[in-house]
Amino acid sequence: MDAPEEPLPPVIYTMENKPIVTCAGDQNLFTSIYPTLSQQLPREPVEWRRSYGRAPKMIHLESNFVQFKEELLPKEGNKALLTFPFLHIYWTECCDTEVYKATVKDDLTKWQNVLKAHSSVDWLIVVVENDAKKKNKTNILPRTSIVDKIRNDFCNKQSDRCVVLSDPLKDSSRTQESWNAFLTKLRTLLLMSFTKNLGKFEDDMRTLREKRTEPGWSFCEYFMVQEELAFVFEMLQQFEDALVQYDELDALFSQYVVNFGAGDGANWLTFFCQPVKSWNGLILRKPIDMEKRELIQKQEATLLDLRSYLFSRQCTLLLFLQRPWEVAQRALELLHSCVQELKLLEVSVPPGALDCWVFLSCLEVLQRIEGCCDRAQIDSNIAHTVGLWSYATEKLKSLGYLCGLVSEKGPDSEDLNRTVDLLAGLGAERPETANTAQSPYKKLKEALSSVEAFEKHYLDLSHATIEMYTSIGRIRSAKFVGKDLAEFYMRKRSPQKAEPYLQGALKNYLAEGWALPITHTRKQLAECQKHLGQVENYLQTSSLLASDAHLTEEERKHFCQEILSFASQQTESPGHKIVLPMHSFAQLKSLHFDPLNAVVHVGGVLSVEIMLWSQMPISVHVEQITVSVHFSIEKNNYRKTAEWLTKHKTSNGIVHFPQEPVPFPASQNSLPALELYEMFERSPSDNSLNTTGIICKNVHMLLRRQESSSSLDVPSTVALEDGAHVLKCSSVTLEPGPNKVLFRTQAKEPGTYTLRQLCASMGPLWFVLPHVYPIVQYDVYSQEPQLHVEPLADSLLAGIPQKVKFTVMTGHYTVKSGDSLQLSNAEAMLILCPAENRAVIYSNTREKFSDTSLRIQSSGKVTSISLPAAPAYHLIEFELDVLSLPSAPASRGDSVQPALKEPPGSCPERPAASQGMVTTDHKVSIDCPWSIYSTVIALTFSVPFQTTHTLLSAGTRKYVQICVQNLSELDFRLSDSTLTDTGDSADLDLVPLNTQSQQLFHSQQSVFFVWELKWTREPPPALHCCFSVGFSPASEERLSVSLQPYTYEFQVENFFTLYNVKAEIFPPLGMEYCKTGSLCSLEVSITRLSDLLEVDKDEALTESEEYFTTKLMYEVVDNSSNWAVCGKSSGLLSMPVAAQATHRVHMEVMPLFAGHLPFPDVRLFKYLPHHSAHSSQLDADSWIENDSLSVDKHVDDAVDSSSIKSRGSMHSTSSTEHRGLPMPRLQAFPPGQVFNSSIGMQVFVIPSKEDHVLEVSVT
Amino acid sequence: MAVCIAVIAKENYPLYIRSIPTENELKFHYMVHTSLDVVDEKISALGKALVDQRELYLGLLYPTEDHKVYGYVTNSKVKFVMVVDSSNTALRDNEIRSMFRKLHNSYTDVMCNPFYNPGDRIHSRAFDSTVTSMMTQVC
Repeated sequence: MDAPEEPLPPVIYTMENKPIVTCAGDQNLFTSIYPTLSQQLPREPVEWRRSYGRAPKMIHLESNFVQFKEELLPKEGNKALLTFPFLHIYWTECCDTEVYKATVKDDLTKWQNVLKAHSSVDWLIVVVENDAKKKNKTNILPRTSIVDKIRNDFCNKQSDRCVVLSDPLKDSSRTQESWNAFLTKLRTLLLMSFTKNLGKFEDDMRTLREKRTEPGWSFCEYFMVQEELAFVFEMLQQFEDALVQYDELDALFSQYVVNFGAGDGANWLTFFCQPVKSWNGLILRKPIDMEKRELIQKQEATLLDLRSYLFSRQCTLLLFLQRPWEVAQRALELLHSCVQELKLLEVSVPPGALDCWVFLSCLEVLQRIEGCCDRAQIDSNIAHTVGLWSYATEKLKSLGYLCGLVSEKGPDSEDLNRTVDLLAGLGAERPETANTAQSPYKKLKEALSSVEAFEKHYLDLSHATIEMYTSIGRIRSAKFVGKDLAEFYMRKRSPQKAEPYLQGALKNYLAEGWALPITHTRKQLAECQKHLGQVENYLQTSSLLASDAHLTEEERKHFCQEILSFASQQTESPGHKIVLPMHSFAQLKSLHFDPLNAVVHVGGVLSVEIMLWSQMPISVHVEQITVSVHFSIEKNNYRKTAEWLTKHKTSNGIVHFPQEPVPFPASQNSLPALELYEMFERSPSDNSLNTTGIICKNVHMLLRRQESSSSLDVPSTVALEDGAHVLKCSSVTLEPGPNKVLFRTQAKEPGTYTLRQLCASMGPLWFVLPHVYPIVQYDVYSQEPQLHVEPLADSLLAGIPQKVKFTVMTGHYTVKSGDSLQLSNAEAMLILCPAENRAVIYSNTREKFSDTSLRIQSSGKVTSISLPAAPAYHLIEFELDVLSLPSAPASRGDSVQPALKEPPGSCPERPAASQGMVTTDHKVSIDCPWSIYSTVIALTFSVPFQTTHTLLSAGTRKYVQICVQNLSELDFRLSDSTLTDTGDSADLDLVPLNTQSQQLFHSQQSVFFVWELKWTREPPPALHCCFSVGFSPASEERLSVSLQPYTYEFQVENFFTLYNVKAEIFPPLGMEYCKTGSLCSLEVSITRLSDLLEVDKDEALTESEEYFTTKLMYEVVDNSSNWAVCGKSSGLLSMPVAAQATHRVHMEVMPLFAGHLPFPDVRLFKYLPHHSAHSSQLDADSWIENDSLSVDKHVDDAVDSSSIKSRGSMHSTSSTEHRGLPMPRLQAFPPGQVFNSSIGMQVFVIPSKEDHVLEVSVT
Repeated sequence: MAVCIAVIAKENYPLYIRSIPTENELKFHYMVHTSLDVVDEKISALGKALVDQRELYLGLLYPTEDHKVYGYVTNSKVKFVMVVDSSNTALRDNEIRSMFRKLHNSYTDVMCNPFYNPGDRIHSRAFDSTVTSMMTQVC
């Protein structure tokens, strides 16, 4: 496109531009209408339908009405759109046919021809009608005729190209209507023209774009064309569309640069690769930067020029669109991409030039945005602008470094030269900002002018950026800028200002566990602290760095050396301690005690071995490692007893310590692990489970408030504990990695010792682990000597040797040789002393210590056991055989009943609950060498047998049966069973009917023995017997001791048979057999077998003339309902007390069933009449009981005797009752006095014939 | 081609971070860490959206002169951050998206490993090779 031929100077301020509409014809008329027209046209929006499927838009049309000139019409090939006349209007007021024909028609034709010559079809003829004129000229044709004529003459098929405007200057409804119609037409035509012309333009433009691969194609030319379109859109207020044009250009250019980078270079692009000579930043204050535009037009623009221009246009449009934040965002992208593009195109840029450009541009954009937004808007959109602030800060920083403004000494000459060059590249300040005090240009110039000014500007920017980042919650970004600032301060030798920024950043990195940034920041901090002379902090940071695996070996060694040299130099100020946390220096990995269960007796040696993992890169000599120990006396602590020791054994005794939470952030791992324990709560009464649950033991650790500054404030919180109890280990060299450190201590006071702090000291340096966690404790206990005696089996059996285990817990007592246990045993219990007895000595931890023989001496009632010598806190164990003896009956007397005697009377035996065995306790008093007091031990023995006796009669012959039951689990061998009469009645003979002398007696079996009683003279009323049988365990063939036999004493009374009862049943007369249903006769004969005896002397006995009679009562009872007793079934009879006196009683009985029926029972009772006034009736039992005593005495002294026998008191009460209401009573005979000779007899009963009816019912 | 790929735990500590060996690792650590600011911002903005409609890809977090930082967040709030060289204009949004998806798949495999303890640093050879392929492959 050749510029000189351009008739008008290139445009223009688009905002003032409006689409051009030319006006021909009556200029005066137009001038009169123009004000109304220009006012009315934009009033109503009109819908603009677009081609290419673009969305329709409502636009307000405005126009620039100019007088028609032929020059205005674009020539062929002219692509200027802004100057393009979109519509040509011919104005006429002609209402006279003559005038029309004379002048107007010619004029119109000429006008039309010009338009046709330029192939312009966008025209309109306006005929203005004026009533006033009409009135003046009466000879006018109807108005339509002129319009019709014009239509006829010019608008062949486009009758709408001619419009009538009636009375435009009047204020009538007709005028309004006419205006509206005209305006609508005008708008429509304008839009039609736009659509057509712009469409054509776009087509042309696209064609041009398609040619871009051709060699001669120029981006700048194309740029100008497309920008023209953008201008038009802007002119039409279609900023969105205008922006699209620029964005397309932007994208096209970017794509070319990218392609260039990929080796596909376009020729025209080389224009943009000129070295950058000017870097004066973006200019956004003018809508169109004409200088740059011209450069582009002339194809002289550099890349920065093009980009700057393009962005300034985009910025303008975006601001029109009220999108300032997009400007900020695009600006950042633009700046980044420009830097990239320059790199990509390998454009030579002087150092710092781009930094200047970016810095200026950032500030320009920011100021431009600030210029069009209010404060509140800016504050709420910091997120969009802060990137630019940060970028500007960064660039200013690098400029400062480049120009030597940051160094301590100030810029040197080279720096100054560079500064001058940079400032030169800025050129002169633009006129539009020249009056602004804070213009980016002025700022940069000032900042580069001196060290102080730079500092001021840099600090301003940095603080502003940090503040903005902080205010929108971008803490990490703020810290990062802060770190830059710290670096700057360090350069400026003001470490005190740098430190808070470094600390802040470090805290942030620590909190989130970013290892590399932590290391880097720590390194900076270390330097800072060194400069500040913060010895402790520096040493701590050094120790952290020395243990940091992210550093190189050399760096770590350096920091380690720093610590070591400090430790070695400051020895002259004793007492001054620098306490540092240990975790960076070394870590406690594990710990174990010897003994493993960490329980030791007083005086015992305890060793603790800890595993320390040294974090230092080199081996470090530590003067002393100490563990401070907290001592507490816990009374009644079960842990301290030897019992606990022997029952609880830790698996391996190693306590592991959790990894220090270094690599992970505080938020996650600084919390200790949950320590959960089971909890059972039992009711105190019956030990049943009440509650169960889980307890967290370290709730206080878990639920406490998170301290915001935990890790960094550690040095201040580490306090050295001064404990009286300290485990020490001196002069240790810790190699890198694992180290074992052994502490030994001799236990002194009993109690619980808790390891609290671990501390390693090197000169004035103390590395302290403030808490040993999890809690590690060891216990020291002191124990009284104790003796335990317990049976080896579940229960001890009396009568046979049983093993009893003796356990001596020596406790603090040392058993010397010669110490002995003195057992003063009860004589009923024998301690058997075998020739060889061994004792085993164990240590408290159940390790076998030695095995020695045991000497036992028994003399009389004292058994002496010589204990083997044993050290304190050991166990001596041995076993003894004991035998519970049945004591000799003679020696026992009436005190405690002998063990193996079972008299029928009362005795202190108590039946064992489980087996029903009778038990007996033996108390053994033991004198121990360590105590002046005797220990009394009760041993409980169970009698393995239970014995019962029975008296059996056969007429007058008597037998005694003894039943022995084995209740134990053991088998026994029985031998030599004897029954002796202890009453010494010489005329009594006990004849054994047992054949076997030896018998095997199994567990849970019974054995019966029978003797026949024979007497020669009158038998005694009572018989005292003693049964004895030898027994020994069946399993043992031979026993070292002779065992005492088992004895059983009992007495049998009234065993002599007084009466013989005989019953007979006879069938009815004439019958051979008894028959059911028929009466049979029962004949009972009661025969007295002896004369008057001692036993007969009671109330029933009556004496009359030398004859004695006694009253008896008989009773026939059939409990099995076999018989029906007819008539009297019982009766009294008076029996003479004389041998062979017989009474017969007849009765009728009827069998109810057929078969062999047992006889009904015939019972015999003593009948005691009530006539005796003083008699006190005794029941059958007490009568037997009291037989041996005098009855009279007993009755009189009832109260006295009640103290002896419990039943006595009952007698007295019952006797008083009977005295009040005397009644005759029945008394049963003791067994043995009445012999029923017909017992067990049966009689055969045949069924009666009449009863042979079988009832069968069939249904 | 990514120059740095990082997986960051919900609590913002790195689970995995690897950068190309030719460049200063520290720089990338700082860059990724700083980018978490924007990730947090975007997540909190996303949080308002419905859960099931949530887009995991966070897009460009912020550009720097030399690099572009992209973000992605899993439903369990584990963040993936990828740093791409700015000069690498071939990488468009779609490629970045698919790379993130690939990374997410690989990460899911890591999580499925019964021997992996969620929250621990990732030491998985398979994951490593995925990352390596993303750092070397020219898209």
